[in-house]
Amino acid sequence: MATKIFKNIQSPAVPLPVENIDTDQIIPARFLKATTRDGFGSNLFRDWRYESDGQPKADFVLNQPLYSGKILVAGKNFGCGSSREHAAWALADYGFDVVVSSFFADIFKGNALNNGLLPVQVSDGFLESIFAAIEKDAHTLVEVDLEKQTIFLHHSGKEETFEINPYKKACLINGYDDIDYILSNKELIEEFESNQ
Amino acid sequence: MGKTLFDKIWDAHVVSSKDGFPDILYIDTHFIHEVTSPQAFDGLRKRGLPVFRPRQTVATADHNVPTVDQHLPIKEELSRFQVDTLTRNCNEFGVELYGLGHPFQGIVHVIGPELGITVPGNTYVCGDSHTSTHGAFGAIAFGIGTSQVEQVMATQCLLQSRPKRMKIEVNGKLTTGVGAKDIILYIISKISAAGGTGYFVEYAGETIRSLSMEGRMTICNMSIEMGARGGMIAPDDTTFNYVKDREFAPKGEEWDKALAYWKTLYSDIDAQFDKVLYFAAEDIEPMITYGTNPGMGIGITGHIPETGAVEVHEQPSYKKALNYMGLEDGQTLLDKPIDYVFIGSCTNSRIEDLRQVAEFVKGRTKAAHVTAWIVPGSKQVEQQAIREGLDKVFEASGFHLREPGCSACLGMNEDKIPAGKYCVSTSNRNFEGRQGPNARTFLASPLTAAAAAITGRITDVRELLEEPELI
Ligand code: SF4
Repeated sequence: MATKIFKNIQSPAVPLPVENIDTDQIIPARFLKATTRDGFGSNLFRDWRYESDGQPKADFVLNQPLYSGKILVAGKNFGCGSSREHAAWALADYGFDVVVSSFFADIFKGNALNNGLLPVQVSDGFLESIFAAIEKDAHTLVEVDLEKQTIFLHHSGKEETFEINPYKKACLINGYDDIDYILSNKELIEEFESNQ
Repeated sequence: MGKTLFDKIWDAHVVSSKDGFPDILYIDTHFIHEVTSPQAFDGLRKRGLPVFRPRQTVATADHNVPTVDQHLPIKEELSRFQVDTLTRNCNEFGVELYGLGHPFQGIVHVIGPELGITVPGNTYVCGDSHTSTHGAFGAIAFGIGTSQVEQVMATQCLLQSRPKRMKIEVNGKLTTGVGAKDIILYIISKISAAGGTGYFVEYAGETIRSLSMEGRMTICNMSIEMGARGGMIAPDDTTFNYVKDREFAPKGEEWDKALAYWKTLYSDIDAQFDKVLYFAAEDIEPMITYGTNPGMGIGITGHIPETGAVEVHEQPSYKKALNYMGLEDGQTLLDKPIDYVFIGSCTNSRIEDLRQVAEFVKGRTKAAHVTAWIVPGSKQVEQQAIREGLDKVFEASGFHLREPGCSACLGMNEDKIPAGKYCVSTSNRNFEGRQGPNARTFLASPLTAAAAAITGRITDVRELLEEPELI
């Protein structure tokens, strides 16, 4: 079953310079009661985004019309905490294709990759440059090229390469799916079991 | 060169290892629960696939369940729907379910070990980050996302790159009032909530060895709170004695065979770790967290760090955390009034935790303004507590023993801490809103939580342990 095919992105970015953003903030537990994958975007960062009576909090970045785009730029150790894939679903459903941070929690990284959401890990310094560039000009473009594994800032011309597991990269570019791959090895699995 | 415990178990489960690809790792047992499984079952349906090995899949309902009147239908509509969906899915796909009303029901990481499903040398996954708990038995166990839940359902395997290996050694003798929860909160406070990212941790050293299985589970449970993939402890007689004769543990000849294998499961003396850390048990005080991630912890007599002592780029997040908690930098937490005490969660809801709390609160009464909940980790723990008369002790002290589930650990059911209120909690996460919107969480051990319930404020439990006659 094919998943979403990842295309290169050129977009303004949304800054969220908070460290250790855990998946409980990305999507609070009380919104995990759905039994489908859809619709989580409306509750993305729910408690940072809305008052308890549902009024938008004006100072939260997603409520500021100045900022928009397909790239979220966040502080170090993004996606720590709960394994809930709903966090990746919520970010993708909201419209993000890329999350940039100087550090990602493991499970989140895997979940994101399994949902066509690309985690781009950059150096601390580069992260600072992105925040600085957005502060200067909220519409400045950030370019992410998965094939070349680069992230490029139009504002300053700065570029950095990022790491990605080659298998995962191929999956994203071609829309491959892990289950198809494992099932193509079914004989090996059965052989493994019979040796137990 | 010798092998680490981790590598011995990993290597024994590799179905295929190809350059440029993650390994295909065989999973012995897959635990599932109602929150992270429905989309995976749906995925199978769309692909027209069965659950590949339904007998190696074990389900329970825990995250959403009420902790009072479990014999009645669940009131909250969405929770009921999610729990019913699990039942329907398990029936359709032939998966054993220990749902509400079943004598084996409980928090997934409590029931696996207590039923003897969790044993040394095996691989376990679950769509839940605290699957690391099962590593206490000398197993590889870790949390996965829902796409991977679907993957394991479809293939009994997981595509996974081998993580780096870290050893954390704790040596020396624990002082009075300090337990397993304090050890792990201490370690995380030292290495931070991200300090273990990319690693699988083996805990070793005489202090770890001296812990009961319950204590070891508490430690491994919180491995994820330092970002580690999982944690494990080499099995020994404590492990074997715990597993023996449990419901699904191997019996007779099978047991002898298994035991002989389990005894080979340790890190060889010349095994190489990517990182090794040492801690001294004597340095550890009863711990408590003050912030909004589990790495923000201090000894109970300590002070919240000054903002100036925090790295400059971390200061905005640091201030945000203290602001959320309604605390000042530099202040002590001792004597801070609290509103709720929650003793429960897969970190600290086993019978040993309940016994320890009962022994401490016996003959004492909770402070009038505190609401004190004790939520057992499983039906079996609850029944055992009642058999031992602990329910009577709790009742006499003003604590409410509820029915099993995740409860206020994540507030998916009605057990939420109200906005702005302070809760001393034996759970594992103090994230913003974790226990309810705007709830404020102090993570601590069962003893420290019980002491706070009695005095109504954050208390150094050692003062109550040393001079009980003064209370
Ligand atoms: S008790 Fe808390 S941490 Fe444990 S499985 Fe339940 S929700 Fe997760």
